[in-house]
Order: sequence, then structure tokens, then C-alpha cells
Amino acid sequence: MNIKPDITSEASGLTGRFGLYGGRFAPETLMQPLMELESSYLAVRTDIGFQKELDNLLKLYAGRPTPLYYASRLSEHLGGAKIYLKREDLLHTGAHKINNCLGQALLAKRMGKRRIIAETGAGQHGVASATVSALLDFQCVVYMGEVDMARQRLNVFRMRLLGAEVRAVTAGSRTLKEAISEAMRDWVTNVEDSYYLLGSVLGPHPYPLMVRDFQRVIGQEARQQIMAAEGRLPDRLVACVGGGSNAIGLFYEFLNDESVAMTGVEAGGRGFELGQHASRFHGGSPGVLHGAYTYILQDDMGQISTTHSVSAGLDYAAVGPEHAMLGDLKRAEYTARTDAEALEACRLLSRMEGIIPALESSHAIAEVIERAPSAKGQVFIVNLSGRGDKDMEILERELKL
Amino acid sequence: MPTRIVECWNKLHQQGEKAFIGFVMAGDPDIPRSIDVVLALAEAKTDIIELGIPFSEPIADGPVIQRAGERALKNGVNLPLILDMVRQIRKKSDVPLLLFSYLNPILRYGLERFAKDTVACGADGALITDLSVEEADPFVTQMRLNNLDTVFLVAPTSTDERIKRAAELSTGFLYAVSRTGVTGTREQLSDTVTPLLRRLRAFTTLPVGVGFGISRPEHLAQLTPMVDGVVVGSALVRCIEDHQENPALHVAQMVRWLREGFTANSTSKGKSSSANMA
Repeated sequence: MNIKPDITSEASGLTGRFGLYGGRFAPETLMQPLMELESSYLAVRTDIGFQKELDNLLKLYAGRPTPLYYASRLSEHLGGAKIYLKREDLLHTGAHKINNCLGQALLAKRMGKRRIIAETGAGQHGVASATVSALLDFQCVVYMGEVDMARQRLNVFRMRLLGAEVRAVTAGSRTLKEAISEAMRDWVTNVEDSYYLLGSVLGPHPYPLMVRDFQRVIGQEARQQIMAAEGRLPDRLVACVGGGSNAIGLFYEFLNDESVAMTGVEAGGRGFELGQHASRFHGGSPGVLHGAYTYILQDDMGQISTTHSVSAGLDYAAVGPEHAMLGDLKRAEYTARTDAEALEACRLLSRMEGIIPALESSHAIAEVIERAPSAKGQVFIVNLSGRGDKDMEILERELKL
Repeated sequence: MPTRIVECWNKLHQQGEKAFIGFVMAGDPDIPRSIDVVLALAEAKTDIIELGIPFSEPIADGPVIQRAGERALKNGVNLPLILDMVRQIRKKSDVPLLLFSYLNPILRYGLERFAKDTVACGADGALITDLSVEEADPFVTQMRLNNLDTVFLVAPTSTDERIKRAAELSTGFLYAVSRTGVTGTREQLSDTVTPLLRRLRAFTTLPVGVGFGISRPEHLAQLTPMVDGVVVGSALVRCIEDHQENPALHVAQMVRWLREGFTANSTSKGKSSSANMA
């Protein structure tokens, strides 16, 4: 790679590029709307009034700051590193997704839009989108793959209760990939009055930049909290990576701190055969999906592969372009944990700490279970990005307690 | 040396005629029948044929073209097979062929290799739906080196500046999207098309083809005074879907029926649209 991006600079991603990755690959109809979105976002990015309004909602409505909790029993049990959990699971709606949804919905309001379109995999972003739409009086349409609707049934009902329309997507693998395609088709058709509220650090510029900015608060808080608790920086950050919004939210504030290692955990699914996992860094290669150049899972002919994960939120063929850059630069490392490891991690955290993590976040816990024992004297921060309430049906079936 | 596409427009202009441009998905429902379809379209006076390359995530397409892509992919159709299909078509027909694709299959194949193999098999150019003008330079460079046409889209949402850039990067013709939305047939033409076509003329002397939602002779009749050509996609693809046993026969009939729209509007005959708009 001949371009060495300045990852530590405030400007990273401002032009839509993260090293070689990112960009804006979209049908012409969406290009001008994307540029308008970019300029509207860049205007509020430095607007004190906007940021104040957002901070206020994050605090009083969503429940920020979230605690950084020392998981003493888990740490003792694993017998190595001290493990801290960043409790995004305690936020309103049960996951970090609300941080981004509040930010983008406020922006949509400023842009004069009346209707919100969103996609969802696990349903957490859909629920958060439906929630902010109720709060700020938007019409809301959420696209969700049929497979995901079945496995995250409770979240479908939550969205409907909140007044959103959930539209089933029946194409292809009927998961997040197809839901995003369908949401983009809706947007291209209703671009005049609709705002596309993309839920992760994916898609064409400015989404990867904007969503990362709205999730930065996780790392900003965690940095202060760990300094208060330990008087020093952590040795390692761990977060699961689907699109990668909770991971980049935690990582971003520490990118300057060379002593802080970062591990993103992808879904290893059932094994390393294409179609059986969602590990873009291990089975993927650079390509363009849904508007960005990044690591994607594809076959020899450039067709996008189907993916598998027990967690709907990690079950996607592309990773956020900023992660692709951080991976190339070896600033962060990306590993994968299987369905079975994630399920076991979910059970262990529930028993040790009385905290039931979402299956997505359970992948991060699984990584810690592997690493902590040999990391005596180190401090880990794990992003507990969501709670497991939505996964009860899957857990009941898989864990057979 | 001008491409077949450019020669085709020159000839049509001299004769004072409009271009009928047809889109079909390559390899739908399979390669042999797809070759028959293309030859039948050419026979029925389809002036330029757009050959779709199937992609698993067709974000700009409506259900009809999505299903066509799924049928082709299910039959194992891919870019090398499509290039070979073009080679076979070229043994029998000189109809101008424009490959129509999403970016990723072409990126995976390699831009340089794609351009070389496209010209070698006898296709005349390519249009990439999700390749914005900002990202297009490497693609355009390779295509120019091989004397291939590059067609870009302009939409009702495009600013004047974007239209200008798309016109600069396009050769062969400029493709005007009649309305916001995905591909698919409509009863009525969009009212966004006329203002867009008016704006275009300030930025280009290229022929302009308009597409999206055109499915009836009346649409052709309405549009011909304003454009150089019309593109019909979903209506043809739907016809193939409905008559998979012998699609060639039926698409040829459909083209003849649609082309009646050209003659219905005899006042536009004999004048170039550029002259009309000027």
C-alpha cells in the first residue's frame, strides 16, 4: 500500500476515504442526495446548538454515560487480565445503536425530511430507528430479511409497537445484505422526502464517517472512565464487528495511543467454508458492496457470498471501510469466533456477572475468554454493545438448559 | 475508428430516425436462448442492445430485472461466459452491444482485463450503474485504450455540474434516467423527464437515450420529439420471463409493437432532436 493515511488525524474519513477504502459508489440518482447529506452533516458536525441538543438527548433520553463496569468474577475466573465491560447494553432500546439513531434523526429533522427508511439485521438498529422516529415524529419504514424477522421476532413486534412499518425482504439469503439493498431501492425511489438512516459504518460517504462520529462517545467515555478507575490506559480493547459501528466507536478515541491494542471480532459461524461465516478479514477480499470499497465476501466472479452467523447483527458480507484500513495498517487486529464459542461466552457471562449479553457482543466476550488467561497484569475493555433479551428464543433452543 | 454504437447513431441521424435501445439480461433464461433473443432483437430493428451482467445485489433494479439476474446466476452465468456469448453473437450479427453491469463483477475480473476482453469478443462499450463520475477515471482510461464506449447515467437529481461531467466522460451516447427510482415499467411517463432533457442539451452534443419506465408505444411517441433514442428494459425482460420456452419470437413481436410509437409521431420524423431543442 503506497498511501499511508493519517489515522490519528481528526480529518480521517472527512473526504470519504479511509486509506484505499470507502468512497461513494452509488447509482447516479443518489449521488446528489449523498452530497447534500454530506454538506448538511458537515454543517452540524461543528454546530454547537446541534451537538448540545444531541448531548441532551443522549443523557436524558438514552441514558448516557454508560458505566464502565469491572467484571471481577469473570476476571478472577479467567485468572488473567482485568476485564472491564463498557455497558452499552444498558442504554435505552438495549444497544449502542441508539447513539447513531438520535444523531441522524436530529440531522434528518434539520434537513426537513418527513420519512425515515432503515434496514436492520438483529433488529436493534430497527428498534432504535423506530424509537427515534416516534420521539421526533417521523414516518418510519424498516426493511428486514425474512430469516431475521423469524429469529428476532420480538424485535419485529417492538418496532410495530413503536409505530414503524416492518417490511419483509424475501430475496437472496433474506438477511441484512438484502435488507440494505431493499432500503437503498426505497431511498432511490423516495429520495425527495425520505432520509435513509443507515445503522452501521457502512455504505457510501458520508455514512461511515457520520456513524463513526455518532458512536465516538463510547470511547470518549471509556477513556475517562478507565483513567479514573485504573489511572492508566487499557492494554487492549475488544469489540465485535459486523459493519463495525460499536467497535469503531470504542476504538477511535484510542487510535493515537500506541500502547493500546485493539481486537475486532468477526463471526466465525460454523466454519471457514465460504457461506458458513461472516469473517471478511479471513475469507474476504477488496470489492464494492452497497456503496463502499472495502473487504467483502465474494466468489471468483465478484458475486456477493451468503454469510452465516448465529447472531443476525454480524451476519453480513462487508466490513466498514475504516476497519479495512485499520486492518491493513495492523493498527487493529481482526479475529473470528464461532457460533459455539459465542453461545458459551453468553452462558458464562450470564452465570459469572448476572449480565446476559446479545449474541453479537458474546463474540467479543468469547475473544476475551481466549485471551485473558495469558494476559496477567493487563487491563481489557470489552464493548458490551447490546443486551441479550432479543436472543432468548435462540438461546433457549441452542443452550438446552 | 468509430465503434458500432457511434456508427449506428450516425446512420440514424442521416436517416432522421430515432434509436430503439433494448436491455436484456445476458444468460436469461440460459445462454443459448439468450443468444437467440439478442439475434431476434437485432432482426426486429433493435438499434443498440444493452446486455446486462447479472449481480447478486442489484440495488438499482426493480423486481423484474432482479428476477432475471437470479435466473441467470442460478444457471451459472458469469462474465467470462457472457463474453463468450458475445463472441458467438458476433458470428451472426453486427448489432451494437453495450455491456451493462454493476461495478463489483468487473472489479473482480480486473478493469484492464475487462476492457481488453470486451473489445476482443466484439462488444462495443460498457455502462456501470454504480460507478459515479468521481470514481470513474481508472475505468474510462482502460476503455479508451481499447477504443470502447463508456456510457454514463444522468438523473433528474443530477446537478448541472454532474451532467457536464457525465457528458465529458461519455462516448457513444448519454443515458438519461427518466425518474428517481429503480428500473421497472410504469403506465405513465414521469413529469421529471422533460426538464431533465431540456437541461441536458446545454451540456452535450452526444445523442441522448432515455430509459426507466418505458413500456408502451405511446411512451415512445411522447418522447421521440425530445430524444435521440429510447431504452426499453423491464418490459422486454418481463416478456422473456413470461415466454421462457421461446422468448426470441415474443421479444421480436414486442419490439415491432413498441416501434409503432416511432411512426405514430410523424412530425418528429426527418428532424434531429438536437435541432428541435435548439
